[in-house]
Amino acid sequence: MAIALTAEQQAILAGEKGEVQAKVMRTLVMYGETFGAQKMVPVTGANGHLVTSFGLGVMKPVYALMDTLIEGGALSRQPFSVDPRPLDQNVPSNLLQNVFFKVMYSKQASYEAQLNKLGLLDESAFTCTCYMDEVGNKPREGDVLSWAESSAVVYANSVLGARCNRNSGIIELFGSIVGYVPYFGLLTDEGRKASWIVEVATTQKPEAQVLGSAIGMKVMEDVPYIRGLDTWLGTELNQDARDYLKDMGAATASNGAVGLYHIENLTPEAVRQGEALLRPDAKVYRIDDAELARVKAGYPVIWKDANAAPKLCFVGCPHLSERQLNDWTQKLTEALAQNGRKKVAIPTVFTAAPKVAEKFAQTPQAEALRAAGVVVSSICPLMYMNNPLCGKMPVITSSNKLRTYTSARYHTDAEILQLLAKGEN
Amino acid sequence: MKTFKGRAVVPGTAKAEALVSHGGFNTLASFQKALMFGDKKAACSDQNNPDIYGKPMCGKALCLPQTIGSTTGGMVLFCAAEMERQPACLLFAKPIDSLAAAGAILAGVWSAHPMPTVDNLGDEFLAAVQTGMTVRVAPDGTVTVEE
Repeated sequence: MAIALTAEQQAILAGEKGEVQAKVMRTLVMYGETFGAQKMVPVTGANGHLVTSFGLGVMKPVYALMDTLIEGGALSRQPFSVDPRPLDQNVPSNLLQNVFFKVMYSKQASYEAQLNKLGLLDESAFTCTCYMDEVGNKPREGDVLSWAESSAVVYANSVLGARCNRNSGIIELFGSIVGYVPYFGLLTDEGRKASWIVEVATTQKPEAQVLGSAIGMKVMEDVPYIRGLDTWLGTELNQDARDYLKDMGAATASNGAVGLYHIENLTPEAVRQGEALLRPDAKVYRIDDAELARVKAGYPVIWKDANAAPKLCFVGCPHLSERQLNDWTQKLTEALAQNGRKKVAIPTVFTAAPKVAEKFAQTPQAEALRAAGVVVSSICPLMYMNNPLCGKMPVITSSNKLRTYTSARYHTDAEILQLLAKGEN
Repeated sequence: MKTFKGRAVVPGTAKAEALVSHGGFNTLASFQKALMFGDKKAACSDQNNPDIYGKPMCGKALCLPQTIGSTTGGMVLFCAAEMERQPACLLFAKPIDSLAAAGAILAGVWSAHPMPTVDNLGDEFLAAVQTGMTVRVAPDGTVTVEE
């Protein structure tokens, strides 16, 4: 069925705001019709969020498209944040790697100039965790968003109760340009119902990154209703719980294609609607200790030498919250002291949004972390690892997303701590 | 020869050799290296997809359940099309997902190199088609698999 457009939407499609906006609207209409949308609805969130933050030299088609938009006056109606920058000179890299970075991301400056023209929120709005209080792009419950970045979308939907489809890069910008998105999928009440019941039956708090990975691989793009996790997280959506869900959600979205999950007794819609969120034919997936161990054991190690000593460690994909930075600092300094070490055994980078890192830098913990030899950066670890000379290095991480997209090897938080403090697992 | 009827998301014709992924196709992970390093054959770089890891994707009939992973997926497909590294067509067993749809539609509207795209071909399609078989696509969403 064709989408019924309002007079304003029809006018945009007919070219009253220029040919480029008409083409943008045509793309969104086709996109919506593919999913049976019958109308376009206003974007009510104050800000957009874009996934494409990197000026990769070879992605000329994207820059050409951005130029077309700018020249055609098709700018974003709302300011937007964007994923992290791919470069930071404070992150360890050698001369050759730096040469490669310069060549790879040769369009970074010109692409950022394009983003500024299109509607970038501000110069520090480069993070995958735009919803952190410090950043200034936290949607309200019920807001309709035109966002991309899988980890941000799943967080906004699940933890904040906003409404956003798993939009692709470019499509999310198009929605912010015309101010409307097609009404389907996760924007609708029906699309937010769960077709999986995930029963968490572990004997200890499950590792967020492995639990999310297991759920993502099983349910793919479906909506899971997760039972039993409130045993470990409680029923208050405090910062601890939000951080856990941030990391779990990122793994569901990268190891599968989850755009929304409900946690019984914890996330907003689950608290209000409970089992009314379940589809009648919902399937059941039970996760116990053995299942988590099976999933983790299945991760391939693609290092040339599987026993190589790690040369770099990334923690913070998605970016860490201030609470997580503090928590890691405390655990790390304690572990180092216990092992009679002053500095980490492996060069280590903790990543956080620029404004979160800035706030953390004012605290005594920041000095303790510096003394331990850890770099705090706002880089995108994934973009760092895309440098083939970096990708060849044995890099470890506690991020399942980074593991999925790069050669980085996954370890649990406890394993990472052990490796950093003792130099061995 | 077996025939399957799906929905033409981006109508078009194609005849190509099948490349079959039985698991979710991670678009970013699969195309990442090909786009970054100018691999004209677009060898799949997704280490988690044993069905197609290392196999060329350019010009193939990519047969898959759905795509998964990063929301750069649609943009990556659009870039692949603009850089002429794209599959000959995209054939989905399940209803198309939002990222793949975005890529197919962006390529259809904004690129000179569209990818005919058909979804809803059913699980039996993926059970029947094997890598290396010849696949034909008609504009009405009919897909023929030749053994």
